[in-house]
Amino acid sequence: MDNIITYREAVRESIRKAMQEDERVFLMGEDVGHYGGCFAVSKGLLDEFTDKRIIDTPLSESAFTGAGIGAAMNGMRPIVEIMTVNFSLLALDQIMNNAATLLYMSGGQFNVPLVIRMATGGGKQLGAQHSHSLEGWFAHIPGLKVLTPATVQDAYDMLTLALADPDPVLIFENSLLYNSKGSLDTKVTPLAIGKAQVYKEGKDITILTYGINLFKVLEAVESLEKEGIAVEVIDLRSLRPLDDETIMKSIKKTHKVIIVDEGWKSGSISAEIMARINEQAFYELDTPMARVCTVEVPLPFAKHLEDEALPHAKKIVDVVKKVMGVS
Amino acid sequence: MPSLGADMESAILMEWLVKEGDRVTKGQVIAEVETSKGVIEIEVFEDGVIEKLLVEEETECKVGVVLAIINSDSEEVSQVKVESEEKIVESQKELVVETENERLKISPIARKKADELGVDLTKIEPINGVIHLSQVEAMSKTISKIPEKKEKVKKEKNGMRQAIAAAMSKSNSEIPHYYLSTSINMTPALNYLAELNKERSIKERILPVAILIRGVVLSLKETPQLNGFWLDDEHQISQEIHPGIAIALRKGGLMTPALLDAQNLGLNDTMNSLSDLISRTRTGKLRASEMTKQTITITNLGDLGVESVYGVIYPPQLAVVGLGAIVDSPWAEGDTLCVRKVMQATIAGDHRATDGRIGAQFLDKLNQFLQKPEELV
Amino acid sequence: MELNLTKAKEFYYQMLLIRRFEEKCIELYSKQKIGGFLHLYIGEEAIAVGVMNALSEDDAVLATYREHGQALARGISAKSIMAELFGKMEGCSRGRGGSMHLFDAKTRFYGGSAIVAGALPLAVGMALADKMQNKNRVTVCIFGDGAVAEGEFHESLNLAALWKLPILFVCENNRYAMGTALKLTESETEIYKKAASYKIHSKQVDGMSVIDVAKASKRAVEDIRENGEPIFLECLTYRFRAHSMFDAELYREKAEVKEWKEKGPLVVFEEKLKEMGLWSEIDVQEIENEIASVIDEAVEFAENGTLEPIKDLEKFVYSEVNHG
Repeated sequence: MDNIITYREAVRESIRKAMQEDERVFLMGEDVGHYGGCFAVSKGLLDEFTDKRIIDTPLSESAFTGAGIGAAMNGMRPIVEIMTVNFSLLALDQIMNNAATLLYMSGGQFNVPLVIRMATGGGKQLGAQHSHSLEGWFAHIPGLKVLTPATVQDAYDMLTLALADPDPVLIFENSLLYNSKGSLDTKVTPLAIGKAQVYKEGKDITILTYGINLFKVLEAVESLEKEGIAVEVIDLRSLRPLDDETIMKSIKKTHKVIIVDEGWKSGSISAEIMARINEQAFYELDTPMARVCTVEVPLPFAKHLEDEALPHAKKIVDVVKKVMGVS
Repeated sequence: MPSLGADMESAILMEWLVKEGDRVTKGQVIAEVETSKGVIEIEVFEDGVIEKLLVEEETECKVGVVLAIINSDSEEVSQVKVESEEKIVESQKELVVETENERLKISPIARKKADELGVDLTKIEPINGVIHLSQVEAMSKTISKIPEKKEKVKKEKNGMRQAIAAAMSKSNSEIPHYYLSTSINMTPALNYLAELNKERSIKERILPVAILIRGVVLSLKETPQLNGFWLDDEHQISQEIHPGIAIALRKGGLMTPALLDAQNLGLNDTMNSLSDLISRTRTGKLRASEMTKQTITITNLGDLGVESVYGVIYPPQLAVVGLGAIVDSPWAEGDTLCVRKVMQATIAGDHRATDGRIGAQFLDKLNQFLQKPEELV
Repeated sequence: MELNLTKAKEFYYQMLLIRRFEEKCIELYSKQKIGGFLHLYIGEEAIAVGVMNALSEDDAVLATYREHGQALARGISAKSIMAELFGKMEGCSRGRGGSMHLFDAKTRFYGGSAIVAGALPLAVGMALADKMQNKNRVTVCIFGDGAVAEGEFHESLNLAALWKLPILFVCENNRYAMGTALKLTESETEIYKKAASYKIHSKQVDGMSVIDVAKASKRAVEDIRENGEPIFLECLTYRFRAHSMFDAELYREKAEVKEWKEKGPLVVFEEKLKEMGLWSEIDVQEIENEIASVIDEAVEFAENGTLEPIKDLEKFVYSEVNHG
């Protein structure tokens, strides 16, 4: 059953469905209730589910994230919304020292079936403290799972998958995607956590990306195809675990790869992916791997500077051409 | 003056093959220069008109000196990008083409695929300094198929790496080799050649390699047991002497085409036939007979500074003659110790067909001929 | 709360067990049988024993890295704790946690958290879950005076009060956050007053008196079960040993330690029992003997424990369930 809705609506519908089907599920975070969600994701849910299950929190990221962990350990299936990834830094202790460690530290006794959603990304002229892309950072941490839905379908499916997972799952929703539209099929079986998706097939070069950059890549691909370069586009979907199998399979086909990553280059998820390709598919490579990342600056306010700092289609085209040896 | 090697500092412009106002085309040879390694042709890489020749003949020029100006078709006036192609055979050392010492950049998949397909990567022209998968795949299509039966391999002399590999493996597993070596004083032969060449133009000069081949051929007449085949467990001596001359290809690989009926060639003819043979080998214009009739192989690695060459017999031949570098060495003549041009000559023989004694006789003959070079003419 | 002979014997036994267990730990740590950090509870036994006495099986406990006492008093066996300290698979955390991370699902003991104040938010969530599921259970969260300076303390107290959650906060105020005296770090050293400012019913208790702690805890737990709202107990106590094994104790006078030892929980309890005429009924030597054999068994159990196979190193990073 296909229908065209926005990414925002897809997340909301997924929350609504989960809450209807499982009374252990509740949503907690800053402004999720009366305000309707900073990005209006949870608009209307308070009326439907009451403040018993749509819980407005004070600006206490650490406490309400930790509360999500405690509730998860004690029989509930909380969805914690951290307004933006920037504020998640205030909850890092809970995410890293508790959510990620409790199962292991307790010798397998206490798992943490927690879902943390957060808006992420730059591109809205919000300056250096409100434009982080730290998904690759979080993907460094064993014990967590890190999802980056790009499409409306994934915005819907990934929350379902995350809630069904027995361990902590972080979902990074790029705030620029909330208004994007796409078709949603609620009957289809979601592609599991840890599976990448070959979004578009091509024989000449593989582009690995995730989140909003999927669309920048597709824009770049449109112009590359006019020049006869057939690009295979892979939406990674999950940064932890990474789908090594799909990545390597594509490289065995195209022998060339670039990675488009919204994080900064140093110590990024793209660096990790390159390292894995080196470990697992070095002898399949026909050209050095390349990548497009955010320029290593705290994101500037001025629009022209911010636009240039972030990955964009032209940069992607240029890097692909360079790798392909065409100008 | 183009640099033709890392150790080349200068060369003498011997002869202009064009004059001002001539139209030249890409690939055309426009001059010859004499280097420490012999005479080398200079070719142009652009179409255009020779505007000015800046250097007179017989002038020594340092590398980098502009030799001529070509009015290029693509640009207004451009200094000639003179590049060189080594002339086919201008010295003994030219028998084997130099390989670049620079490390070839090959993509990992290209390397892997080349291994699988048996493609010789040194034969591929890198693009921007790198060899990619597509080039390997293209090259593999042009390589002749590996013969299905091993027996055929010995006749498939153009089979490049696989053919060489197959033949050498067969040789090593089937032929019981013996090896002999001797030092030969080359001074008399070289002096003789210098005398002989004095009167001749560059193109008519005889190179040491020719006199060596001539020596080998005449020696084989004396020891015919080494010339021929081991076929079907039988020693077959050939009346004709068709020495296979090991010639390295520019892009790598090795061929050993036959210098047919060398027993009928005097020194001049040997030289001329050799030049012709090398030229045609490198342009891929060999005749079928030249590919199949070898009765013995002569190989030479002297240009790489190698002093002794212990070859592997190319089945079904009976022997391979190895010629090392000619080096200045202490040499005893009677009671006197002096310095002479000395070369190591070796022979690897098939012990099923001959004994070391025959090989020794051959080397002894070769030595004798080279001490009396006038007999080789 | 009535203190009868049985209860008196039980309290004495438990406090002495903690004391002797930790004394053994010091010895084993010196012999390198125990590695990592070792934070000792000696001197503070009355709090663990008094608080745990008030709980039912269903209640949950979250503690700090100085939690041997709470774990023993909660009923986790000396064997499995000792095996944990030895890093053995038979340990209560499978040897994955160590001294600072004792976990036990059976007794609902949720650690052993080594980030000061890091467990308070968890307690909020645990209690929230109980409330949402209409389970009449109490979550006890024990922490030290050092936690009071952390933001998580304030955030959590606020949430607990705001959402009316069934939590018993127990602050073990032993006057030093590691090596810095409370008076050097807090503008208000009466900690219970901070809790009161969040509208949490709060009280200061003599943490050296197991009877006082037991009474206050019992009452608090009953109140929480009744009203579903949090209560805060500040227990004044003193740590007799150094912060951890590697601590020169430059920050306090020996005389101060001596003074506190004279009013230590075992001493105080003995005096109280003498007053009550119960002391003569208690055979201390018998208790010592019993404890000695429990500890000997624990050490033997730990010594004979299994080292987890290396192949299981990555086990439990994620749950082992099929959730495709």
